[in-house]
Amino acid sequence: MIPASFDYVAPTTLDEALAALAEHGDDAKVLGGGQSLLPVLRMRLNAPELVVDLGRIEELRGIRDNGDAIVIGAMTTYADLLADASVGEHLSLLHKAVAEVADEQIRHRGTVGGAVVHADPAGDVGPAVLALDAQMVIVGPSGRRTVAAADFFTGLFETAVGEGEVLVEIRLPKHTGWGAHYEKFVRVSHQWSIVAVAATVKSDGGTFTEAKVALANMGSTPLRAKATEAALMGQPATDDAVRAAAASAADGTNPPSDLNGDADYRRHLATVLTRRAVLAAARS
Amino acid sequence: MTAVADQPVVEIGSPRLRKEDERLVTGRTRWTDNIQLPGMLHLAMVRSPFAHARVTSIDTEAATAAPGVVAVITGADIAATQGAIANAWPITADQVTPTHLPMVLEHVACVGEIVAAVVARSAAAARDAAELVDVDYEELTAVVDLKVAADDGVLAHPDLGTNRSALWRLDSAEQGSGGNVEEAIAAARAGGILIEREYRQQRLIPAFMEPRSTVVDPTGEQVTVWTSTQVPHILRFLIAATTGIPESKVRVIAPDVGGGFGGKLQTTPEEFVTLAAARRVRKPVKYTETRSESLVSGHHGRDQWQKLTLSATKDGTVTGLKVELLVNLGAYVALIGGGIPVLGAWMYNSIYKFPAYQFNCQTVLTNLPWVDAYRGAGRPEATFAIERIMDELAAEVGVDPLVVREKNWITHEEFPFTSVAGMTYDSGNYEAATARAKELFGYDELRAEQQQRRDAGDPVQLGIGVSTFTEMCGLAPSRVLGSLNYGAGGWENASIRMLATGKVEVITGTSPHGQGHETAWSQIVADRLGVPFEDVEVLHGDTQISPRGLDTYGSRSLVVGGEAVVRAADKVVEKAKVAAAHLLEANADDLEFTGGRFGVKGTDKGIGIADIATAAFTSHSWPEGVEPSIDAEATFDPVNFSFPHGTHLCAMEVDTETGATTMRKYACVDDIGQIINPLIVEGQVHGGLVQGIAQALWEEAVFDDNGTLVSGSFVDYTLPTTADTINFLTDNTTSLATSNTLGTKGVGEAGTIASTPAVVNAVVDAVRHLGINDIRMPLTPERVWRAIQDAEHGSQTPPTAQAQPHFEGDGAQGNQDSGSTGGGQA
Repeated sequence: MIPASFDYVAPTTLDEALAALAEHGDDAKVLGGGQSLLPVLRMRLNAPELVVDLGRIEELRGIRDNGDAIVIGAMTTYADLLADASVGEHLSLLHKAVAEVADEQIRHRGTVGGAVVHADPAGDVGPAVLALDAQMVIVGPSGRRTVAAADFFTGLFETAVGEGEVLVEIRLPKHTGWGAHYEKFVRVSHQWSIVAVAATVKSDGGTFTEAKVALANMGSTPLRAKATEAALMGQPATDDAVRAAAASAADGTNPPSDLNGDADYRRHLATVLTRRAVLAAARS
Repeated sequence: MTAVADQPVVEIGSPRLRKEDERLVTGRTRWTDNIQLPGMLHLAMVRSPFAHARVTSIDTEAATAAPGVVAVITGADIAATQGAIANAWPITADQVTPTHLPMVLEHVACVGEIVAAVVARSAAAARDAAELVDVDYEELTAVVDLKVAADDGVLAHPDLGTNRSALWRLDSAEQGSGGNVEEAIAAARAGGILIEREYRQQRLIPAFMEPRSTVVDPTGEQVTVWTSTQVPHILRFLIAATTGIPESKVRVIAPDVGGGFGGKLQTTPEEFVTLAAARRVRKPVKYTETRSESLVSGHHGRDQWQKLTLSATKDGTVTGLKVELLVNLGAYVALIGGGIPVLGAWMYNSIYKFPAYQFNCQTVLTNLPWVDAYRGAGRPEATFAIERIMDELAAEVGVDPLVVREKNWITHEEFPFTSVAGMTYDSGNYEAATARAKELFGYDELRAEQQQRRDAGDPVQLGIGVSTFTEMCGLAPSRVLGSLNYGAGGWENASIRMLATGKVEVITGTSPHGQGHETAWSQIVADRLGVPFEDVEVLHGDTQISPRGLDTYGSRSLVVGGEAVVRAADKVVEKAKVAAAHLLEANADDLEFTGGRFGVKGTDKGIGIADIATAAFTSHSWPEGVEPSIDAEATFDPVNFSFPHGTHLCAMEVDTETGATTMRKYACVDDIGQIINPLIVEGQVHGGLVQGIAQALWEEAVFDDNGTLVSGSFVDYTLPTTADTINFLTDNTTSLATSNTLGTKGVGEAGTIASTPAVVNAVVDAVRHLGINDIRMPLTPERVWRAIQDAEHGSQTPPTAQAQPHFEGDGAQGNQDSGSTGGGQA
């Protein structure tokens, strides 16, 4: 598993990184935690001329409390995120989803930003940031812009991050006090999700007042289960009510068929897992 | 030998930590890929992306001109010297056996075949240049499906005229070991129970931890081959036999080897191509496969259709068993690939007293990678099928699966027992193992919980699976192998060198690759010779150090190789006794050997065996006319196989809403005779269980219609990790084997053989009340869910076989990379 040769730079500032990307265009690849790029290179599925390693850029790392939002640097590792108390307190859903990413080794190397820019539809971070209505902050030659998570995932392995741009941070509105659950369905523990459901809810007197549900691997991007969210509003957090709302979880999805399941099986799974996720979120 | 009968046993049975582990787990050892030789070059393979094709041209110009490249080699370049990949076990005289060249000359018969190789100054340069070799292929229609191949509509090797390689049969009436199975079936059809089932043994990939690697140094008087193999001795023989290099000019070394599971019981194209390349460039050459190459070009395991017809009386007493196998060999008949399913011939009848039996095995060639030994090799397939169908018999009779087994099994008073297949089981106690397993498992409580869940309509149902297995291992009596036209004997060799300082070297012909022979052999010799465990060094895996041996596979090392060690040790004692009598001025008949010391009975006079070794070294006072050495060698050829058995009980929870299965409890009691090291046994059982459970639940090599491996990485070939397993409850009962001095039986494969049917039986048991009596392995959640849906609706929708990409790297993605936080759009 030897990659084709490539040049490598490890800038210490974002400006240097952007300059390197500007110079090399789409012959350059950005290295985050390397948990997906390195297999791609080693399997020779891609042979960039230049790899720009963001690992030494301190400003891209870390988590801060911005009052209304928690801001996560794109190069923050899963392990660092899990160790951060504010994420657990204000973004329970993200914390629970990240805890399910791959295995311990990968969680110490892989980065939150890398995961969302890689944009594998089976990834665990995508549905969480989508459900939490995150704002993705992207910096490029033409400056800084913010894209809502809903507009960020544009296709299979495709995002709003354009050529020469870098995702620098993810701003997540606090969901303090919301119930949350991430229901991941796999055959073996370290596997990509066959289907996963991220749910976070708020209720008042046993009635749902807010509900956000997102799905992994039910299409080419993470998807919000809009019909289920709407159906939950004002409903009691009971088995029957949630079952009824979850029945529409797969509406409008176009899941893949692969070794782990045909599309119809995934649609079925989405309804079962959504019911379980929402009920668990309501009871958490 | 009687001299040592009374010595105190201290080491055998002791849970010694493995002495080899410090160097293995710290990385201090040198695996083959760690070997660096002066001037060593590196090899990269150019492999066919097509399963069936004709090579029309190979342009090596660009690769030859690439930086660092020393040579580009095609099949034509080495045709005269490359040797051949042998089939050492033609199962019938008229077996159809395609010629298997290490590097193809023209005809590609499966994906991954080597069509060219690049020798370069670095591994990276070789890999880069390999991509520049331009091969033109004329693609041919591939035959991938086993049943389609058996019909000969499309041929894997058009020049052979058929895909049907061999038909092998055993019939109890014909060989006089039992009745006529057709009569038994007819009687059952008229007024008994007749059960017909077809089971699928999916294709598995051995997935050893250390990818295969070979280094060849052609610069000495002997060509030295370091290779990650289970079978250095067999490789040396076959290099000599097929390349024309005199055997005396070949030295093969298996350094520490990181697992094999049968997957390194092979002489490989890669070994022969590396040898040919090194001889051609006259420099040391190394080849180490990538994991992707390993998954597709190492041999695979299993891959059979199994049709069983079981006849019984209405009360569940078995009367006959007929087995018809359709076996996928892949593109070639591998080293012992044709014989692997035949090893099942004596095992389908298992522990049961079938009065009539017939076994038919049709081997078939396809355009898939070749199949050969994988942990258990023929016996897991047999055990799976018989244990599955015994559950069906229990369901038909309406009794607990253990009841129907007890009704039909050999009772402990009946040993030795000659089976309907003609094997003589020397010892066993199925009642004892089953009773203990039920106790460990809490059988009755779990049955009660199962009933409660059924009654309550719980979405999570509970099932209990039984596997009362036996197997035959300890390969093998040479006469039996000869009668089967196997290309080698089954003996094993050991020698013991008594060093001048009293230390001991044990040389074994077995070739450990994770089993812990160094520890276990040390324990045996420490007891046998009365020397400290630490003073024993076990040497292996180098044909220059251990010139005679038949290597490690088939749970043979302890029961055959360990017995050779015992016999060599006993010879040492015999020789030492002559010297001891002389040195003590005593009559040899008055000596007793205990705790490493010869004592004169009734006196306090004595001499230790280490002192005798020193006396042999100096030879100043050695008895006249006696050679001054107490070293000894022994070769042991077993007279029978080893028959471990056990009862495995598994509880599985099945989520009927999703099809997900979860292991709740697993208890097993294995009878493997005398245990040398309980810690090693525990490790073998645990590892074996996980491998067998993985066949039931997780692993499958999947190919598309063109013969391309779809599950070509560990993303899609789902190996379990420890996170996917539970704590196993294990114990042992002991019925000593009679086929070796120590009373041991093999344990390397038992867990794998036993566990697969226990798991599947448990899952089927959990949903049997829904009208389900089988689910194809691996029991993916989707398959379980569809079985439930089909039972409810009677519909059937086969799942498609594709892999969802997770490491897509082409333009469709732009440079949205993987683990990165940015990049441009394409």
